[in-house]
Amino acid sequence: MVGLRVGVTLESSRTDRRESFSNLARDQLPRLYSIARRLVGADAEDALQDCLLKAFQRFDQLNEPAAGPAWLTSILVNCCRDRGRAKARRPVEIDFDEVEALSLYRKIAYEDPFPYSDSLHLDFLGEFGPEDVRAVLLRLPELYRVPLVLVYMDGFLAREVAGMLDVPLGTVLARLHRGRKLFEKQMWDYAEQSGLLAGGAR
Amino acid sequence: MISCSEAVRQLWEYLDGALDATDRALVEEHLGLCRRCCGELEFAEELRRFLATSAHEDLPDEVMRRLNQTLEELGP
Repeated sequence: MVGLRVGVTLESSRTDRRESFSNLARDQLPRLYSIARRLVGADAEDALQDCLLKAFQRFDQLNEPAAGPAWLTSILVNCCRDRGRAKARRPVEIDFDEVEALSLYRKIAYEDPFPYSDSLHLDFLGEFGPEDVRAVLLRLPELYRVPLVLVYMDGFLAREVAGMLDVPLGTVLARLHRGRKLFEKQMWDYAEQSGLLAGGAR
Repeated sequence: MISCSEAVRQLWEYLDGALDATDRALVEEHLGLCRRCCGELEFAEELRRFLATSAHEDLPDEVMRRLNQTLEELGP
Protein backbone atom coordinates (compact mmCIF):
# COMPACT_ATOMS: atom_id res chain seq x y z
CA MET A 1 0.00 0.00 0.00
CA VAL A 2 2.83 2.35 0.96
CA GLY A 3 4.68 1.42 -2.24
CA LEU A 4 1.60 2.24 -4.28
CA ARG A 5 1.23 5.65 -2.60
CA VAL A 6 4.89 6.50 -3.23
CA GLY A 7 4.43 5.47 -6.86
CA VAL A 8 1.36 7.68 -7.24
CA THR A 9 3.20 10.64 -5.62
CA LEU A 10 6.18 10.18 -7.91
CA GLU A 11 3.96 10.04 -10.98
CA SER A 12 2.11 13.15 -9.82
CA SER A 13 5.39 15.05 -9.26
CA ARG A 14 6.63 14.05 -12.73
CA THR A 15 3.38 15.32 -14.26
CA ASP A 16 3.68 18.59 -12.32
CA ARG A 17 7.28 19.01 -13.51
CA ARG A 18 6.27 18.48 -17.13
CA GLU A 19 3.32 20.84 -16.77
CA SER A 20 5.46 23.56 -15.18
CA PHE A 21 8.07 23.25 -17.89
CA SER A 22 5.50 23.21 -20.69
CA ASN A 23 3.81 26.32 -19.34
CA LEU A 24 7.11 28.19 -19.17
CA ALA A 25 8.26 27.03 -22.60
CA ARG A 26 4.93 27.56 -24.38
CA ASP A 27 4.84 31.22 -23.37
CA GLN A 28 8.37 31.71 -24.67
CA LEU A 29 8.08 29.86 -27.99
CA PRO A 30 7.37 32.91 -30.21
CA ARG A 31 10.26 34.90 -28.74
CA LEU A 32 12.67 31.95 -28.85
CA TYR A 33 11.74 31.14 -32.43
CA SER A 34 12.39 34.71 -33.49
CA ILE A 35 15.85 34.62 -31.90
CA ALA A 36 16.65 31.26 -33.48
CA ARG A 37 15.64 32.50 -36.94
CA ARG A 38 18.13 35.35 -36.62
CA LEU A 39 20.87 33.08 -35.32
CA VAL A 40 20.56 30.01 -37.55
CA GLY A 41 18.00 30.91 -40.25
CA ALA A 42 16.30 27.83 -41.68
CA ASP A 43 17.56 25.61 -38.82
CA ALA A 44 15.53 27.59 -36.27
CA GLU A 45 12.88 24.93 -35.66
CA ASP A 46 15.48 22.17 -35.19
CA ALA A 47 17.51 24.35 -32.81
CA LEU A 48 14.37 25.10 -30.82
CA GLN A 49 13.48 21.39 -30.64
CA ASP A 50 17.02 20.70 -29.31
CA CYS A 51 16.54 23.51 -26.81
CA LEU A 52 13.23 22.15 -25.47
CA LEU A 53 14.67 18.68 -24.93
CA LYS A 54 17.84 19.94 -23.24
CA ALA A 55 15.99 22.46 -21.10
CA PHE A 56 13.51 19.84 -19.88
CA GLN A 57 16.39 17.54 -18.89
CA ARG A 58 17.92 20.39 -16.88
CA PHE A 59 14.69 21.90 -15.58
CA ASP A 60 15.62 21.01 -11.99
CA GLN A 61 18.56 23.44 -12.27
CA LEU A 62 16.18 26.39 -12.68
CA ASN A 63 15.70 27.64 -9.12
CA GLU A 64 14.06 30.97 -9.80
CA PRO A 65 10.96 30.90 -12.08
CA ALA A 66 11.47 34.59 -12.99
CA ALA A 67 14.83 33.62 -14.53
CA GLY A 68 13.08 31.13 -16.85
CA PRO A 69 13.03 33.26 -20.04
CA ALA A 70 16.75 34.15 -19.81
CA TRP A 71 17.60 30.56 -18.85
CA LEU A 72 15.75 29.19 -21.91
CA THR A 73 17.43 31.81 -24.12
CA SER A 74 20.83 30.75 -22.85
CA ILE A 75 20.15 27.09 -23.70
CA LEU A 76 18.75 28.08 -27.11
CA VAL A 77 21.84 30.16 -27.92
CA ASN A 78 24.08 27.21 -27.16
CA CYS A 79 21.93 24.88 -29.29
CA CYS A 80 22.17 27.40 -32.15
CA ARG A 81 25.94 27.61 -31.73
CA ASP A 82 26.22 23.80 -31.81
CA ARG A 83 24.25 23.73 -35.05
CA GLY A 84 26.31 26.59 -36.49
CA ARG A 85 29.57 24.81 -35.66
CA ALA A 86 28.38 21.54 -37.19
CA LYS A 87 27.65 23.38 -40.44
CA ALA A 88 30.65 25.72 -40.53
CA ARG A 89 32.89 24.91 -43.46
CA ARG A 90 35.89 27.13 -42.87
CA PRO A 91 36.59 30.24 -40.82
CA VAL A 92 35.63 33.45 -42.57
CA GLU A 93 38.63 35.69 -43.12
CA ILE A 94 37.92 39.27 -42.12
CA ASP A 95 40.12 42.28 -42.64
CA PHE A 96 39.27 44.12 -39.43
CA ASP A 97 41.39 47.15 -40.35
CA GLU A 98 39.16 47.63 -43.40
CA VAL A 99 36.01 46.97 -41.37
CA GLU A 100 37.06 49.37 -38.62
CA ALA A 101 37.73 52.13 -41.13
CA LEU A 102 34.30 51.80 -42.76
CA SER A 103 31.57 54.29 -41.96
CA LEU A 104 28.28 53.18 -43.51
CA TYR A 105 26.94 56.70 -42.96
CA ARG A 106 29.74 58.20 -45.08
CA LYS A 107 29.64 55.35 -47.61
CA ILE A 108 25.94 56.02 -48.30
CA ALA A 109 26.56 59.77 -48.51
CA TYR A 110 29.50 59.41 -50.94
CA GLU A 111 28.00 56.69 -53.13
CA ASP A 112 24.61 58.47 -53.14
CA PRO A 113 22.52 55.48 -54.27
CA PHE A 114 19.28 57.48 -54.30
CA PRO A 115 20.18 60.79 -55.99
CA TYR A 116 16.66 62.22 -55.76
CA SER A 117 16.18 61.39 -52.10
CA ASP A 118 15.80 63.95 -49.32
CA SER A 119 16.43 61.27 -46.71
CA LEU A 120 19.20 59.18 -48.23
CA HIS A 121 20.16 57.19 -45.14
CA LEU A 122 16.60 56.36 -44.12
CA ASP A 123 15.80 55.30 -47.66
CA PHE A 124 18.81 52.99 -47.60
CA LEU A 125 17.54 51.30 -44.43
CA GLY A 126 14.02 51.22 -45.87
CA GLU A 127 15.18 48.96 -48.70
CA PHE A 128 15.82 46.13 -46.22
CA GLY A 129 12.91 43.80 -45.52
CA PRO A 130 12.99 41.16 -42.75
CA GLU A 131 14.38 38.55 -45.17
CA ASP A 132 17.22 40.88 -46.14
CA VAL A 133 18.08 41.64 -42.50
CA ARG A 134 18.21 37.93 -41.73
CA ALA A 135 20.42 37.32 -44.77
CA VAL A 136 22.83 40.04 -43.63
CA LEU A 137 22.95 38.62 -40.10
CA LEU A 138 23.73 35.15 -41.42
CA ARG A 139 26.76 36.58 -43.25
CA LEU A 140 28.33 37.50 -39.90
CA PRO A 141 30.49 34.96 -38.06
CA GLU A 142 28.53 33.47 -35.17
CA LEU A 143 30.99 35.01 -32.71
CA TYR A 144 29.67 38.47 -33.58
CA ARG A 145 26.14 37.58 -34.66
CA VAL A 146 25.08 36.18 -31.28
CA PRO A 147 25.78 39.24 -29.09
CA LEU A 148 24.47 41.60 -31.79
CA VAL A 149 21.13 39.77 -31.98
CA LEU A 150 20.74 39.36 -28.23
CA VAL A 151 21.62 42.94 -27.29
CA TYR A 152 20.31 45.07 -30.16
CA MET A 153 17.37 42.95 -31.32
CA ASP A 154 16.21 41.21 -28.17
CA GLY A 155 17.08 43.78 -25.55
CA PHE A 156 19.39 41.75 -23.30
CA LEU A 157 22.08 43.64 -21.40
CA ALA A 158 25.68 43.00 -22.39
CA ARG A 159 26.40 41.59 -18.92
CA GLU A 160 23.47 39.15 -19.27
CA VAL A 161 24.91 37.97 -22.59
CA ALA A 162 28.32 37.56 -20.93
CA GLY A 163 26.65 35.21 -18.44
CA MET A 164 24.89 33.25 -21.20
CA LEU A 165 28.09 32.79 -23.18
CA ASP A 166 30.26 32.35 -20.09
CA VAL A 167 32.77 34.98 -21.22
CA PRO A 168 33.91 38.25 -19.54
CA LEU A 169 31.86 41.41 -20.11
CA GLY A 170 34.80 43.03 -21.91
CA THR A 171 34.78 40.21 -24.46
CA VAL A 172 31.09 40.77 -25.19
CA LEU A 173 31.62 44.53 -25.55
CA ALA A 174 34.52 43.96 -27.96
CA ARG A 175 32.45 41.50 -30.02
CA LEU A 176 29.54 43.95 -30.07
CA HIS A 177 31.82 46.68 -31.41
CA ARG A 178 33.18 44.48 -34.18
CA GLY A 179 29.76 42.96 -34.80
CA ARG A 180 28.22 46.41 -35.43
CA LYS A 181 30.96 47.38 -37.85
CA LEU A 182 30.72 44.04 -39.66
CA PHE A 183 26.93 44.38 -39.85
CA GLU A 184 27.31 47.81 -41.46
CA LYS A 185 29.81 46.48 -43.98
CA GLN A 186 27.66 43.47 -44.79
CA MET A 187 24.58 45.69 -45.19
CA TRP A 188 26.34 47.68 -47.89
CA ASP A 189 27.82 44.61 -49.63
CA TYR A 190 24.45 42.82 -49.52
CA ALA A 191 22.61 45.88 -50.87
CA GLU A 192 25.01 46.09 -53.79
CA GLN A 193 25.07 42.38 -54.55
CA SER A 194 21.34 41.74 -54.26
CA GLY A 195 20.20 44.73 -56.28
CA LEU A 196 18.59 46.67 -53.42
CA LEU A 197 20.16 49.85 -54.77
CA ALA A 198 19.12 49.21 -58.36
CA GLY A 199 15.96 51.31 -58.14
CA GLY A 200 17.94 54.29 -56.93
CA ALA A 201 17.09 56.73 -59.72
CA ARG A 202 13.53 57.39 -58.61
CA MET B 1 39.53 67.59 -28.69
CA ILE B 2 39.27 63.98 -29.88
CA SER B 3 39.38 63.23 -33.62
CA CYS B 4 36.37 62.37 -35.78
CA SER B 5 37.46 58.74 -36.06
CA GLU B 6 37.83 58.49 -32.28
CA ALA B 7 34.39 60.06 -31.75
CA VAL B 8 32.73 57.83 -34.35
CA ARG B 9 34.38 54.74 -32.89
CA GLN B 10 32.65 55.46 -29.58
CA LEU B 11 29.21 56.54 -30.83
CA TRP B 12 27.41 53.28 -30.15
CA GLU B 13 28.95 52.98 -26.70
CA TYR B 14 27.83 56.58 -26.18
CA LEU B 15 24.26 55.68 -27.17
CA ASP B 16 24.42 52.52 -25.03
CA GLY B 17 25.40 54.64 -22.02
CA ALA B 18 28.53 52.49 -21.74
CA LEU B 19 31.12 55.30 -21.64
CA ASP B 20 32.55 56.65 -18.42
CA ALA B 21 31.99 60.33 -17.59
CA THR B 22 35.33 61.46 -19.07
CA ASP B 23 34.89 59.72 -22.44
CA ARG B 24 31.25 60.80 -22.58
CA ALA B 25 32.27 64.44 -22.07
CA LEU B 26 34.92 64.14 -24.81
CA VAL B 27 32.40 62.70 -27.30
CA GLU B 28 29.87 65.42 -26.44
CA GLU B 29 32.51 68.12 -26.83
CA HIS B 30 33.32 66.76 -30.29
CA LEU B 31 29.65 66.46 -31.28
CA GLY B 32 29.09 70.05 -30.21
CA LEU B 33 31.56 71.22 -32.85
CA CYS B 34 31.40 68.65 -35.66
CA ARG B 35 28.32 68.59 -37.89
CA ARG B 36 29.41 65.50 -39.82
CA CYS B 37 29.74 63.45 -36.63
CA CYS B 38 26.27 64.62 -35.58
CA GLY B 39 25.07 63.02 -38.84
CA GLU B 40 26.93 59.85 -37.85
CA LEU B 41 25.20 59.96 -34.47
CA GLU B 42 21.74 60.36 -35.99
CA PHE B 43 22.41 57.45 -38.36
CA ALA B 44 23.66 55.26 -35.47
CA GLU B 45 20.39 56.02 -33.64
CA GLU B 46 18.38 55.10 -36.75
CA LEU B 47 20.34 51.89 -37.19
CA ARG B 48 19.72 50.94 -33.55
CA ARG B 49 15.99 51.52 -34.02
CA PHE B 50 16.11 49.57 -37.26
CA LEU B 51 17.79 46.59 -35.57
CA ALA B 52 15.32 46.63 -32.68
CA THR B 53 12.22 46.68 -34.88
CA SER B 54 12.91 45.15 -38.27
CA ALA B 55 13.72 41.53 -37.78
CA HIS B 56 10.97 40.04 -35.63
CA GLU B 57 9.97 36.67 -37.01
CA ASP B 58 6.44 35.36 -36.48
CA LEU B 59 6.13 31.76 -35.37
CA PRO B 60 4.25 29.89 -38.12
CA ASP B 61 1.20 27.88 -36.93
CA GLU B 62 2.62 24.68 -38.35
CA VAL B 63 5.91 25.07 -36.43
CA MET B 64 3.99 26.01 -33.27
CA ARG B 65 1.95 22.81 -33.62
CA ARG B 66 5.08 20.65 -33.93
CA LEU B 67 6.79 22.35 -30.97
CA ASN B 68 3.68 21.91 -28.82
CA GLN B 69 3.64 18.26 -29.79
CA THR B 70 7.24 17.97 -28.56
CA LEU B 71 6.20 19.54 -25.25
CA GLU B 72 3.31 17.12 -24.88
CA GLU B 73 5.55 14.13 -25.51
CA LEU B 74 8.20 15.11 -22.96
CA GLY B 75 8.75 12.68 -20.18
CA PRO B 76 9.01 11.15 -17.75
